[in-house]
Amino acid sequence: MAARVARDIPEGAYVNLGIGLPTKVANYLPMDREILLHSENGLLGMGPAPTPGEEDWELINAGKQPVTLLAGGSYFHHADSFAMMRGGHIDICVLGAYQVSTRGDLANWHTGEPGAIPAVGGAMDLAIGAKQTFVMMELLTKQGESKLVEACSYPLTGLRCVSRVYTDLAVFEVGVNGAKVIEIIDGLDISALSNLAGLNLCKQGQSDA
Amino acid sequence: MDKSITSAAEAVADIKDGASVMLGGFGTAGMPDQLIDALIAQNVGDLVVINNNAGNGETGLAALIKAGRVRKIICSFPRQIDSHHFDAAYHAGKIELELVPQGNLAARIEAAGAGLGAIFTPTGYGTLLADRKETREIDGRSFVLEYPIHADFALIKAHRGDRWGNLVYRKTARNFGPIMAMAAKTTIAQVSEIVPLGSLDPEVVVTPGIFVQRVVAIPQASGTLA
Repeated sequence: MAARVARDIPEGAYVNLGIGLPTKVANYLPMDREILLHSENGLLGMGPAPTPGEEDWELINAGKQPVTLLAGGSYFHHADSFAMMRGGHIDICVLGAYQVSTRGDLANWHTGEPGAIPAVGGAMDLAIGAKQTFVMMELLTKQGESKLVEACSYPLTGLRCVSRVYTDLAVFEVGVNGAKVIEIIDGLDISALSNLAGLNLCKQGQSDA
Repeated sequence: MDKSITSAAEAVADIKDGASVMLGGFGTAGMPDQLIDALIAQNVGDLVVINNNAGNGETGLAALIKAGRVRKIICSFPRQIDSHHFDAAYHAGKIELELVPQGNLAARIEAAGAGLGAIFTPTGYGTLLADRKETREIDGRSFVLEYPIHADFALIKAHRGDRWGNLVYRKTARNFGPIMAMAAKTTIAQVSEIVPLGSLDPEVVVTPGIFVQRVVAIPQASGTLA
């Protein structure tokens, strides 16, 4: 999944990878492309983790893990960092999700369970700020329910902000025209995928009729 | 003009019960631990704290919460693997939480420092965190009205400073320091070193001294865990 997302990130892109699953995309970025990673705590041009013993705890990523800075990278304060997102300067952000709706609504910050301490961080700014928001998630929950849905039942992070959803079974385009299947894994067809997702799906470029 | 103060205790001595206090730092990077220790030692409470998180581990903000000094926290990401002191206080009903998306937190702090009356932000529109807030459509896009966050004090950590209050930071420890310095009535910076006037390159000064009222030198090794 991470490798599939990485393939779609072009040369010269400024990219923010969310905490969790999306972080793995960094391991698959093609070496022949210069792609700059943004971390919302205040760095652009984020490099890989330092070698053990070389950690600097004033050089960390949004997940508060030690990282490095590439030559040409820069540091900045939080208002500038979020201006990069909200101002539409970040090309792509890749986020995890509890649910995505077929029109691109995102739910990824709060389960809404009573007693759960809510925490949002930069998720809402990222979701609506980047030029393109990609979601990376397993298509089904452990209980077999689709996380691509007609309407999110979890509290929303942002409205109509997701353009593409990468899952273990298929890649979808989502938006005003609903969900279209861009790619599907071998051995699965549209009707089987539609059954699993509980949605009436069609291939990209085909109408719903 | 000399803003340098000899001790952390002296620098925070006029912070009283009920004060609103911005604390720099993202996690532990940029957290002004020694200023917070001084605050804990002088026994003030009922504080309203503004920080991105709600304390990590045992130091800094976590220690302040553990000591029962925080009435309310305004932050974006309280729940973390090592936020046990906040978690306990929250579940015991001993601390009030105002959750703000991280970019709105930064923008509201910056707005206070810049003297703006409010901002319209797209972040949070249509979500629980904009519930019952005023909205407006501008150029076809939906925005939420959010007000500035002011504070009586900001306690921040920078790398080097001079006696006029000019500051430079170190790596990602910069985070909220520059905007909190602008937003608080009184900004107190702890720095690793106070250097003579003119030795900070004016082209790279990040926080001009006008935003800083007190500077305290707290020598420590850079990048080590506090």
